Amino acid sequence: MATPVNNELLTRPDNTSGRVISSSKLPDEVKGTKRVRRSHRQIRTENVFRRTLIIVGLTMVVLVLGILITLIVQSTPSIKSLGAAYLWGKTWDPVRDIYGALPFLVGTILTSFLALAISIPFSFAVAIFLGEYYPKGWFPDLLKNTVELIAAVPSVIYGFWGLAVLVPIVRSFESSIGVSSIGYGIFSSSLILAVMIIPYAASLGRSMIQMVPSNLKEGAYALGATRWEVIRSVILPYTKSGLFAGVLLSLGRALGETMAVTMVIGNTSFMPKNIFSTGNTMASVIANELPEADKTVYNSALIELGLVLFLVTVVINMIGKRVISRFTN
Amino acid sequence: MKGKIKYRIGKSGGFQLLTVILACSCVLPLIAILVYIIRAGITKINWSFLTNVEKPVGELGGGVIHALVGSMLIIFFASIIAIPIGILCGIFLSENKKSRLAYWCGLSVDILQGVPSIVIGIVAYIWMVKPFGYSAFSGSAALAVMMLPIIIRSTEETLKMLPDSLREAAFALGMPFHRVILKVIVPCGISGILSGVMLSVARIAGETAPLLFTAFGYQYLSTNMTKPMETLPHLIFKYAVTPYKDWQDLAWGASCILLLFVLILNILTKLITRKWKVQL
Repeated sequence: MATPVNNELLTRPDNTSGRVISSSKLPDEVKGTKRVRRSHRQIRTENVFRRTLIIVGLTMVVLVLGILITLIVQSTPSIKSLGAAYLWGKTWDPVRDIYGALPFLVGTILTSFLALAISIPFSFAVAIFLGEYYPKGWFPDLLKNTVELIAAVPSVIYGFWGLAVLVPIVRSFESSIGVSSIGYGIFSSSLILAVMIIPYAASLGRSMIQMVPSNLKEGAYALGATRWEVIRSVILPYTKSGLFAGVLLSLGRALGETMAVTMVIGNTSFMPKNIFSTGNTMASVIANELPEADKTVYNSALIELGLVLFLVTVVINMIGKRVISRFTN
Repeated sequence: MKGKIKYRIGKSGGFQLLTVILACSCVLPLIAILVYIIRAGITKINWSFLTNVEKPVGELGGGVIHALVGSMLIIFFASIIAIPIGILCGIFLSENKKSRLAYWCGLSVDILQGVPSIVIGIVAYIWMVKPFGYSAFSGSAALAVMMLPIIIRSTEETLKMLPDSLREAAFALGMPFHRVILKVIVPCGISGILSGVMLSVARIAGETAPLLFTAFGYQYLSTNMTKPMETLPHLIFKYAVTPYKDWQDLAWGASCILLLFVLILNILTKLITRKWKVQL
């Protein structure tokens, strides 16, 4: 080859297996033949390919860092002018320039934890059913696939169904127990959320329960334990951390869920009085107000809510993932 | 003594029954939603529903063609952005298990997987809508970011499961790295990669939150990616909360189409993974 191969292309990324040969090492007589030219081209393509892979890998890191930095930069106006009081201010009134995010924090925590409390018995039951009682067969297979489909239904459809079917049911339930009967509110959104997050804890729990070593279970049976006693004193303690991780992943989903909640929670920016009153979550207030937020502080206060949401879900998911990887190793 | 044993056996059976009942009752809400949406929606779908754009309240014969076209375009462009990057990143992660960049990259993918869609919407709003105004393309970009983690993880998991001997045999034949990957490794794992792509499309097809402040919505048929555009999920959201029956009917029909599309895509993916014995 007449032109020397660009040195930069031949510097090895630290991960190559060392198969890149510098052109200067080739014996003189083979240089310039057709074969060598082709292999040069291949070496160059190979290096371009490796470089592309590294760039793409880098892009993902840059993307996540970019999201974090953008959120921080865009929320500085509100952090500067409102300070930490923003997080426990009880009044949200953009018209009078009063921004307090406490109603949304409370709304988010109430809906997510209520949803979690409702969904845990069901998702654990699915996990035990599929992991221990009936691991094989057509019916468990069907149940597993159907539960996984719950996660596939778009959240706007859950919201629409909740609006048309669940809200009237909750309204009549509320009037029968004698609280303010609107139908919309934290309780309705928790019910919808509870359905939506069942699959996350269930599928993780199932795979964890299936990993329990059978000699532990057989030992317990040999000691005369009943099926339930094996589950309670062998399987559940053994899979404790895995089940906890599943609950965390469900919680992460519930905190960030937007559309279904926005459609049934009622969207009022006051402190919720009880679980039947209307409210707003962090995600729903962003969805409702961001396109109309024209004032700088208003806009960046909403983005700061997004930043809080981002950080909280990242921390929860990281803990969950860490627990899972420790459990599986 | 005998009574105690009976009690324990009875308790065990009782809990088994409770588990079965609770587990099976999880399916009820899904069936209720499916039946309700399909019954309410299927009667609204007819020729004029599929070929007209929406009409003002009181006028008959409104349709959702603009939202159908918009959804397809936005998903198409999101796929064009996300599929190559996702697959390449998955290859990167499966080929470099030890390097430091791969660790950070994997961590980023994990983070991205957990980010709520509304936050991705905010970022797309800041990056693309604030400087350039509402556009369908910003919606595609937001959805592409949501597709990435699913494609990356499924590609990575599939490729990691292929036996090393495959790769080593190809290298031993003197194939260069890129050809080993593109001609041997990727074709062997194509079913897993494909099912990841289909899953990600199914996931973003129903995604509304990021589109609220990116693609924004539009009343007329538009194919201009630099202008606002209507999408099916956004149309459902917009009309579900209106009090007018005409518009709610449009939303029911649109919900039915969207639900069927998403479910069929999911079931197809399940069948592919079963046929090719891929684990995701």
